[in-house]
Amino acid sequence: MGIRPFFPHRCLSGLPNLSSTSFMSLTPELEAIRKEVEGYAREYGLDFFDVIFEILDFDKLNEVASYMGFPTRYPHWRFGMEYEQLQKSYTYGLQKIYEMVINNDPSYAYLLKCNNDVDQKLVMAHVYGHVDFFKNNIWFSHTNRKMMDGMANHGARIRRYIDRYGEEKVERFLDCCLSLENLIDPHSPFIKRQDEKPRFNFQEEEEEKTIKKLKVERPYMDSYINPADFLESQKKKLEQEAEKKQKFPENPERDVLLFLINHAPLENWQLDILSIIRDEAYYFAPQAQTKIMNEGWASYWHSKIMTQKCLKDSEVVDYADHHSGTLSTRPGRINPYKLGIELFRDIEDRWNKGKFGKEYEECDDLEKKKNWDKKLGLGMQKIFEVRKIYNDVMFIDAFLTEEFCREQKLFTYRYNEQTQMYEIADRDFKKIKASLLFSLTNFGQPFIYITDANYGNRGELYLQHRYEGVELRIDYAKDTLQNLYTLWKRPVHLETVVNDKGILFTFDGKNHEERRI
Amino acid sequence: MSSKIERDHARFNQIIRGKIKKELRRYMTRGELIGKKGKDLVSIPIPQVEIPHFEFETRKLGGVGQGEGEPGTPIGRGDAEPGQGAGETPGDHILEVDLSLEELAKILGEELELPRIEPRGKKNIVNEKERYTGIRQVGPESLRHFKRTYKAALKRQLATGTYDPNHPLVIPIQEDKRYRSWKLTKEPESNAVIFYIMDVSGSMGDEQKEVVRIESFWIDTWLRSQYKGIESRYIIHDAVAREVDSHTFYHTRESGGTIISSAYELCNRLIDAHYNPSEWNIYIFHFSDGDNWYGDTDKCLSILENHLLPKVNLFCYGQVRSFYGSGQFKGEIDEYFADAENVVTSEINSKEGIYDSIKEFLGKGK
Repeated sequence: MGIRPFFPHRCLSGLPNLSSTSFMSLTPELEAIRKEVEGYAREYGLDFFDVIFEILDFDKLNEVASYMGFPTRYPHWRFGMEYEQLQKSYTYGLQKIYEMVINNDPSYAYLLKCNNDVDQKLVMAHVYGHVDFFKNNIWFSHTNRKMMDGMANHGARIRRYIDRYGEEKVERFLDCCLSLENLIDPHSPFIKRQDEKPRFNFQEEEEEKTIKKLKVERPYMDSYINPADFLESQKKKLEQEAEKKQKFPENPERDVLLFLINHAPLENWQLDILSIIRDEAYYFAPQAQTKIMNEGWASYWHSKIMTQKCLKDSEVVDYADHHSGTLSTRPGRINPYKLGIELFRDIEDRWNKGKFGKEYEECDDLEKKKNWDKKLGLGMQKIFEVRKIYNDVMFIDAFLTEEFCREQKLFTYRYNEQTQMYEIADRDFKKIKASLLFSLTNFGQPFIYITDANYGNRGELYLQHRYEGVELRIDYAKDTLQNLYTLWKRPVHLETVVNDKGILFTFDGKNHEERRI
Repeated sequence: MSSKIERDHARFNQIIRGKIKKELRRYMTRGELIGKKGKDLVSIPIPQVEIPHFEFETRKLGGVGQGEGEPGTPIGRGDAEPGQGAGETPGDHILEVDLSLEELAKILGEELELPRIEPRGKKNIVNEKERYTGIRQVGPESLRHFKRTYKAALKRQLATGTYDPNHPLVIPIQEDKRYRSWKLTKEPESNAVIFYIMDVSGSMGDEQKEVVRIESFWIDTWLRSQYKGIESRYIIHDAVAREVDSHTFYHTRESGGTIISSAYELCNRLIDAHYNPSEWNIYIFHFSDGDNWYGDTDKCLSILENHLLPKVNLFCYGQVRSFYGSGQFKGEIDEYFADAENVVTSEINSKEGIYDSIKEFLGKGK
């Protein structure tokens, strides 16, 4: 297996705690390269925060990567696990992190010390692409641009709780919170889900609502204008409304973490930790929402800047090697770099040639379609627009075409129970698109809602999984319920579907139960 | 100051060790560890150190890939059964942790509450070892201690005023020179040899051998952690006994009758030829299904009593339950050697019995 270059732009930041000897700013040679690359990037119209480059050796880079880029994060064993895996895969030559960049203003980017100059040049161009994306993509608009300080602050708070309440206790609680960290509502920064209601504003008892009949001019028409089933449905509606009023929460709640912060019986330090976990989850969410676009955009620009501007003859082979490694594909997996860059190029090409719109869509002459060129030259403008307002789901939905699928040899795969192998299932465009969209929607994770926080009128928490054809992993679900119980302190339920039958999983503090519903 | 990641890493390792310890009984009944044994590391697959989330069953998920191939072309191996083995493609949920055998033995010892072994004949055997611990003023140039020589020369030059800071040249003369020197230290050394004897007659099936294989692995791991130099000898027997290498030991299947005494005789001969009981700690582990040739049992008991037992630290007899075996031999030994201190017998009904059996065997600390 070759070395697979790997750019998790999972962001990093925060320098304290790292001694000055382990961090190096750019050498004069690299600084000259940086200036050159930055100049080209600006020429092309990229718009980014200032970027501070630091150079790290492997150990440090792995350390920083284990903390998802923030060396000052709170202490937790899972970062140690991450570190172990990174160190191992580096030792065995399986993967190598070339660079990391964090979404912050100014942005921090970390370069690997032992890379040669071509690699550094490429990586810098790549980084400027990422930072432009961070700054301009709408989905990042609500992220904290001072997260470097934010993370350090979180770290300090949690360390203080450890000092005060003990490592075991805090760790146990952190584990529980982290187990629920994906239960957020990533769109909530953009939408007002519910009107804020003052808590103690009691309204006077409303008079009982009556069924509204449609206006009848002539009494004998009454049974035609307001037939019995219409009245019945109106009555039901009223009843439902009344029922809903009594429900808590009134509407299914997706931001489980927020709900717990507001309503779970927790101590102050626990509330604080829970809100820290929630903050960080929301900070990282846009990166997961735009993985394909973000990597595609950065790759698009490193390739453009390198091949059109600053690549020297002597560097071509190294560049090609690195670039092709980054974009290499393996059968069982989508490479976001590859998919992203190809889609951006496809969009650019289509909008340059005018391959869009009603006339193009309705043309059924394949030859004509293939050579379609209206010389519009809108490509560059279009891709900048796309990077501003799209996320991965919208990106794939809008721009993945049948021609593109065929060209890129995409397929869907499935698990074959008999052979215990994953195998290619289909090359049908619609299925590929559906599968890809499914894997991107909600980060490829199940939708879980709190539907009732007073289940059975006993203050029990009732969660519902919106089943869309894929089952949950049961052992994990049970463990997660157990963790949820630790926070809620009353029995917790999860409604889901197993083998096409509705199942209710319950954990009551001692035992797991499951029953058909 | 240790870095932050070291702390988190250490904590992670601690959690892993805890997991292994908790699940030891389960690991001990599985043969797969043995297959993963390297020179001095074992890779232990540990499921689910991850933090659980509500997530999809990955195998039912499917997905999108890229590349050549017709529908039906396999692209990667899936999980053999849930939570075991790693899928090559999406979502690897198994973590392999490398553990040194020594550490594994430590965990084993703690969990089974095995006492440390007091080696026999420890005082008798003394080995002389050279250690370079001292410094002398004479010696061969190859042992010259550069740093100390330099320091001595520098001191002398400073004292005599011949040192010039602007021209810091230090030249040692003969009396500045320092040499490493060795001292002979006497070290007690304990050697040990383990004899594994297995009945390979027709009645010992694959399942029984698997039990023996796993149990020997753990015994070996424990004893190796207790002695520095250790040797293993393997003897198989049906109606006749012969010495084999470890591979043959675990993989042969003979058929025919069983004469246990043949193995004891061979073992005794080997001990006499190679292992002087005053210098060696000798362990014998004998696994059988308890069937023996009628009339041979008395001979076995007499060899044990007169020849083997006086020479060994411990004689362990493990009776693996098999469909065919009569299982009488254990009863005979128990009865005859009821008072003997260095005889342990144990009945292993299935893989699950390994854990307790090892505890019985090694729990005496002999």
